[in-house]
Amino acid sequence: MANSFQGNRMLEIKNLRAKVGDNEILRGIDLNVGPGEVHAIMGPNGSGKSTLAHVLAGRENYEVTGGRVLYQGKDLLRMSPEERAREGVFLAFQYPVEIPGVSTTYFLKAAVNAVRKYRGLEELDAMEFLSLIKEKMQLVEMDQALINRPLNEGFSGGEKKRNEILQMAVLDPKLAILDETDSGLDIDALRIVAGGVNALRDKNRAMIVITHYQRLLNYIVPDFIHVLYEGRIVKSGTRELALELEDKGYDWIKGEAPRSEV
Amino acid sequence: MQASESKELYLSAFRRYRNNGASKNPAWLRQLRESAIASFQELGFPTTHDEDWKYTSLDRITSVAFQRGNGAAKAVTADDIFALGFADSACNRLVFINGTYFPQLSSVRESPVGVRIESLAGILQRNDGLVEPYLGRYARTHGQTFVALNTAFMEDGAFVLVPKNCKLEEPIHLIHVSISNGESVASHPRNLFIVEEGGEARIVETYIGMGKGSYFANPVTELLGGPNTTIDHYRLQREGAKGSHIGTLEAQLSRNCNLTAHAITLGGALVRNDVHMVLNGEGSECLLNGLYVLDGKQHVDNSTEIEHTKPQATSLELYKGILSGSARGVFNGKILVHKDAQKTNARQTNKNLLLSADAMVNTKPQLEIYADDVKCSHGSTIGQLDRDALFYLRSRGISIDDAQSLLSYAFASEVVSRVKIDSMRARLDDYLLNKFGKNQKSEIQ
Repeated sequence: MANSFQGNRMLEIKNLRAKVGDNEILRGIDLNVGPGEVHAIMGPNGSGKSTLAHVLAGRENYEVTGGRVLYQGKDLLRMSPEERAREGVFLAFQYPVEIPGVSTTYFLKAAVNAVRKYRGLEELDAMEFLSLIKEKMQLVEMDQALINRPLNEGFSGGEKKRNEILQMAVLDPKLAILDETDSGLDIDALRIVAGGVNALRDKNRAMIVITHYQRLLNYIVPDFIHVLYEGRIVKSGTRELALELEDKGYDWIKGEAPRSEV
Repeated sequence: MQASESKELYLSAFRRYRNNGASKNPAWLRQLRESAIASFQELGFPTTHDEDWKYTSLDRITSVAFQRGNGAAKAVTADDIFALGFADSACNRLVFINGTYFPQLSSVRESPVGVRIESLAGILQRNDGLVEPYLGRYARTHGQTFVALNTAFMEDGAFVLVPKNCKLEEPIHLIHVSISNGESVASHPRNLFIVEEGGEARIVETYIGMGKGSYFANPVTELLGGPNTTIDHYRLQREGAKGSHIGTLEAQLSRNCNLTAHAITLGGALVRNDVHMVLNGEGSECLLNGLYVLDGKQHVDNSTEIEHTKPQATSLELYKGILSGSARGVFNGKILVHKDAQKTNARQTNKNLLLSADAMVNTKPQLEIYADDVKCSHGSTIGQLDRDALFYLRSRGISIDDAQSLLSYAFASEVVSRVKIDSMRARLDDYLLNKFGKNQKSEIQ
């Protein structure tokens, strides 16, 4: 069911299987993503969308039980979460973590410099860092006061999501995975966040946009759409698929899905 | 050596002291010493069978024949003091070495009229009636072995008096250095702070340890906050690897007195802090702000008792601990609300972060309430670093070591951020960031 993209591959997922405890959530995912492409992954609740995002970012509580993931030709699953980030993988969290006691600025600077150091770039000093942040904050129309506050603490839903996109802008990833970035956003916040994401679209950068609703895809228009159901991609297509899904609902896909082998 | 032999050593030392050094003391002071040594004789050293000392063994103190001495004092330089302490070199300060005032390293600037910042020994020698009404009145020797020992042997320490309506902006630093290069040294520093009605003061007691030998510091501080006063008190401990410190703070708060008592413990083999606050005036408020950061085999026991005797008083307590290696932390917090202390508002929290499998904490918050219209709560937690937070930081390229140290630092920052002296807070921040960075590296290797 993989899409038929044949070009330069940034991400190749082959028959990926993963579980939490005894619960197998990913049951053989195949997906290829090329540079510059935006792929949307849709699916009903519990289909494995967020699990896929977290497995790609390296979260420890998921156990990969089969398959492989090549990122720029390297075995992604063998890398620690920080190595993946330094290599250019970025996950925008559905629920960004609140960390009292660490200022957003301090955190951003530590992250940027860890990544820059790995990439052989000079670490930014305080002045250079501030000018970078100021520039990127404009992308998501974020208030300067926010970055002086502890990381995500007491941020509204919209502020947290803007902060995620700010981090993405600052860390300059090659592969960005956006996990339900639209959840909890009103229409104005959604427009701002999507605007930030669109500004970061680039022929060298790939994006995987995970969403339950087609609404987000009106703002971030994907090149490909995949439907995840019971841990597998059961349907892939172009934009029109999202509209069809909206029209017919996920029940339509459930009817089309191959029978579970388990 | 057994605890009973140790007790006998102190008693015989007192008999010598009674006929020698203390014989020139005024009668009231001799009387104070006699009743203190009688208490000590009756009490002896507590053991782990005593409820208040259940988790803290005193073997490290009772198995050693400590001597009083200050022979090594000359070896201490101003650089040492500022490297180990958290004050800057321009600070207003009294320095004590092994319990004795050391004027060469002290520097007290001219203060407003009526302010007294001086060594207790000088005052006791002059016996001009200044301290007699206060000394020993708040720190009770009854039932408290170490206050009794201190009172029997006290000779020197800091005396601070802030007169009526005087608002002292500049912090007063009292730096107590213990140094031992072989011989086992004991000291019994005695501090007395009086802030009169309407006064404001910031007082910092810093305890640092130097040298290779073992020592035992047994300081007692009495603090009297008059009506409508604002007092910021700090006790910073960075005792040496073989240092033992049993410290007592006795504070009495009058009407509308607002006292913040910070207690930050960063070093020492065995540290026990007894804090006793009496909210003895309507509308008085105290905030207890504590942090202990331990590693290796350090043992730190914080025992706080907050007594509400008058109505409408507020006490808030937050003590946080971060432990690695096979360190041991103990927290005993008691809030006692007397029958007349209606409308008391008291909240007590102890939170602990364990960074290694062998670190351990015993925490026991207690409430004892005899009034019926009060708002009191207490709670304690012991946990590890939050996995979600760790993953979040790592997913941004921050190494696991740096993520752990950043989160440990963040855990401490709630307490550190309340330190109001900017230069001290900045130095504490640096110290903690550096310490957690190193900790992680050593644990992984």
